[in-house]
Amino acid sequence: MEDLQIKKSGTTYDVVVVGSGAGGGMAAYVLANAGVKVLMLEAGPFFDPQKDSMQLKWPWESARRGASSTRPFGDFDAAFGGWEIEGEPYTTTDKTEFYWFRSRMLGGRTNHWGRISLRMGPQDFQPTDGLTDPWPITYDDVKPFYDKVDRLIGIYGTKENIESEPDGIFLPPPKPRLNELFITQGARKAGVKVIPGRGSVLTEALPGNKDRGACFFCGQCGRSCKIYGDFSASSCLVIPAIKTGNLKVIPNAMVREVLTDKDGLATGVSYVSKDDMQEYQVNAKTVILGASAGESARILLNSKSSAHPGGLANSSGVVGKYLHDSTGSSAGGFLPQLLDRKRYNEDGVGSVHIYSPWWLDNKKLNFPRGYHIEYGGGLHMPSYGFGFGMQNMNGLVPDRNGKTKDAGGYGASLKDDYRRFFGTQVGMAGRGTAIARKENYCEIDPNVVDKYGIPVLRFNYTWTNDEINQAKHMQDTFEEVLHNMGAIHGPKQGADTNYGLEAPGKIIHEVGTIRMGNDPSKSALNKYCQAHDCRNLFVVDAAPFVQQGDKNATWTILALSMRTADYILAQRKKLNI
Amino acid sequence: MNRRDSLKALGLGTLSATVLLDACKTPDNNNAPATVADGAAATPGRQPAEVEREKKLLADKFFTDHEMATIAVLADIIIPKDDKSGSATDAKVPEFIEFIVKDIPEHQLPMRGGLRWLDVQCLNRFGKTFVASTSAQQIQLVDQIAYPAKAKPEMQQGVAFFNRMRDLTATGFFTTKMGIQDIGFAGNSPNKWEGVPADVLKQYGMENVVV
Repeated sequence: MEDLQIKKSGTTYDVVVVGSGAGGGMAAYVLANAGVKVLMLEAGPFFDPQKDSMQLKWPWESARRGASSTRPFGDFDAAFGGWEIEGEPYTTTDKTEFYWFRSRMLGGRTNHWGRISLRMGPQDFQPTDGLTDPWPITYDDVKPFYDKVDRLIGIYGTKENIESEPDGIFLPPPKPRLNELFITQGARKAGVKVIPGRGSVLTEALPGNKDRGACFFCGQCGRSCKIYGDFSASSCLVIPAIKTGNLKVIPNAMVREVLTDKDGLATGVSYVSKDDMQEYQVNAKTVILGASAGESARILLNSKSSAHPGGLANSSGVVGKYLHDSTGSSAGGFLPQLLDRKRYNEDGVGSVHIYSPWWLDNKKLNFPRGYHIEYGGGLHMPSYGFGFGMQNMNGLVPDRNGKTKDAGGYGASLKDDYRRFFGTQVGMAGRGTAIARKENYCEIDPNVVDKYGIPVLRFNYTWTNDEINQAKHMQDTFEEVLHNMGAIHGPKQGADTNYGLEAPGKIIHEVGTIRMGNDPSKSALNKYCQAHDCRNLFVVDAAPFVQQGDKNATWTILALSMRTADYILAQRKKLNI
Repeated sequence: MNRRDSLKALGLGTLSATVLLDACKTPDNNNAPATVADGAAATPGRQPAEVEREKKLLADKFFTDHEMATIAVLADIIIPKDDKSGSATDAKVPEFIEFIVKDIPEHQLPMRGGLRWLDVQCLNRFGKTFVASTSAQQIQLVDQIAYPAKAKPEMQQGVAFFNRMRDLTATGFFTTKMGIQDIGFAGNSPNKWEGVPADVLKQYGMENVVV
């Protein structure tokens, strides 16, 4: 490597976008369609679901039968990477935990997500809990963009007139599966509201769109969709934007830092190419970060200069702070009344068919805010793990002759049990509001770099009683719902596991590290996600979130990114950037 | 694109499984930039490191011939041929187990140690290894480790081994074409989901449940 040098491009782009997920993809889509010359840098390879999806593969087409040996959600899942990437470590401070899921690929984590598409409500933006900070914007500011995202990308659901779960412009939802009817009955008996799910899957053709196919109900959105029947940033935003001729994508480009001039304005970015391991610099009039809440914070903190000694856009010192992931806890069991059930194709869509929005008044509870519940179960395609733990089930119910047998076993009778139990499982998972706290943060580890020599993130994150009490409430609710359904299930999770509360980062909804606000001393970005300290720098991923509701982040990322892109277009017209 | 057009775009004129399989392997003529899959030896949608890793695992051998013979006998005891489908060895379950212990190394020690535990039990009782014992002797031993709730305390290590062996055998069997047909899984093919069939709703008294 004696010949290592920094290759500087002579071209100056209107805009460089770092990252190709929901945020970066949407910004690039809007700007490229408006005629702006955009360069997108993606840290992973190009990925087109039409070519690269594992959709409709059978378990035997994987030597590991779909096990999660190299991909956390299984061999057929679309997401490259995961919580660990070779050569790209991160660290945690003593005795704290955080798990950082990264998908280095075009479209990022949108290729494999659950497509559960929820709007935040008026009180998510302007909370009345007396605890969390308000956003510098209201639901009414974002509503027109949620509406546009609904029309552009497509979402199914039903009008419910629930204030905290604002309705959108919906395609018809998929009908419930059998297990979901049992769940609905059991949940309602426990006082839990159940409504049709909301997901970005085209249950019907999307009006006005000729490039995307309507869903054919294989239930495999997590593998990404060959006919673009669901939302991935790759298929729905970046690839269409390339077709405008105004977007150039450089894959395998790992961004090091944002470059600034002596006045502190952004002039471009530097990156290392994973293809040739050479160093590059590109110039742009405007820089947009959409690298993910963790990665965008990392880039800013690594972008130190005399104008920005504490890292770019960080005169307030808040960059990296207020990191928060959703809470998560789950439970499951099986329905003995469904033994020997009739077989038919119930794959449905690969997002949720039913959904429970938060249904209680938390003023009467020992934790703030709340959680929603996602449900599953049924006649899933067998893959690695199918049949595991039969000894915990087959001694609990009478056999075909009405006699309870000894658990476990072998032979023809055991073989028959796998048939009998197929499709009887049910599961449920809570996803709740975690409080944004200054004390939960990521920062640059002073001692560690990745294989490209880029200083890495060090996380410091602990749950408090607010989140633990919420998880306990989830476990109590799940037990009641399972009981009401007549399900057979194990003991609920207790204090020894924090009531099943997943470690921070495991739900992959991390947000909040570059928060927006009206006060430049307490926030990094203004209400258009423009850096207070650097007017030609914007952040369009989940980093600007002030406080997440119990709603999955993607739909809000898309709406905010579209709003920021519109603002950039307006500012360009006024020649402000 | 409507549904019929999109299925055509996929090359799916009919809903038969074999056609679907072929369709998914059909190369397309997309004009997008080069993807991770575009190398000469690459597989669509797989990262080069994943392809390399798998090649290496397939080339390695973990179990000895004697261990593989023991696994085969156990697998067929767990899932024998019946009037609906073939046995575990018919579905090549031992070959799957050989692969999966290399792929998920935490299986290696409990499997290797469990197989040896089983042989020593048989040597002490019958003077022969498990595979060399008679079928009746094999079953006599398996009966002592196949039922966790009634196994004797001194057989618990065998119970833990047999639970793992039962799990891997079932997963290895029901994820093959033979196993999928046996279990009656009817999905993984394009369709229009219209909700639970009427006769099933009626069977469970769910006609009036509306979400």
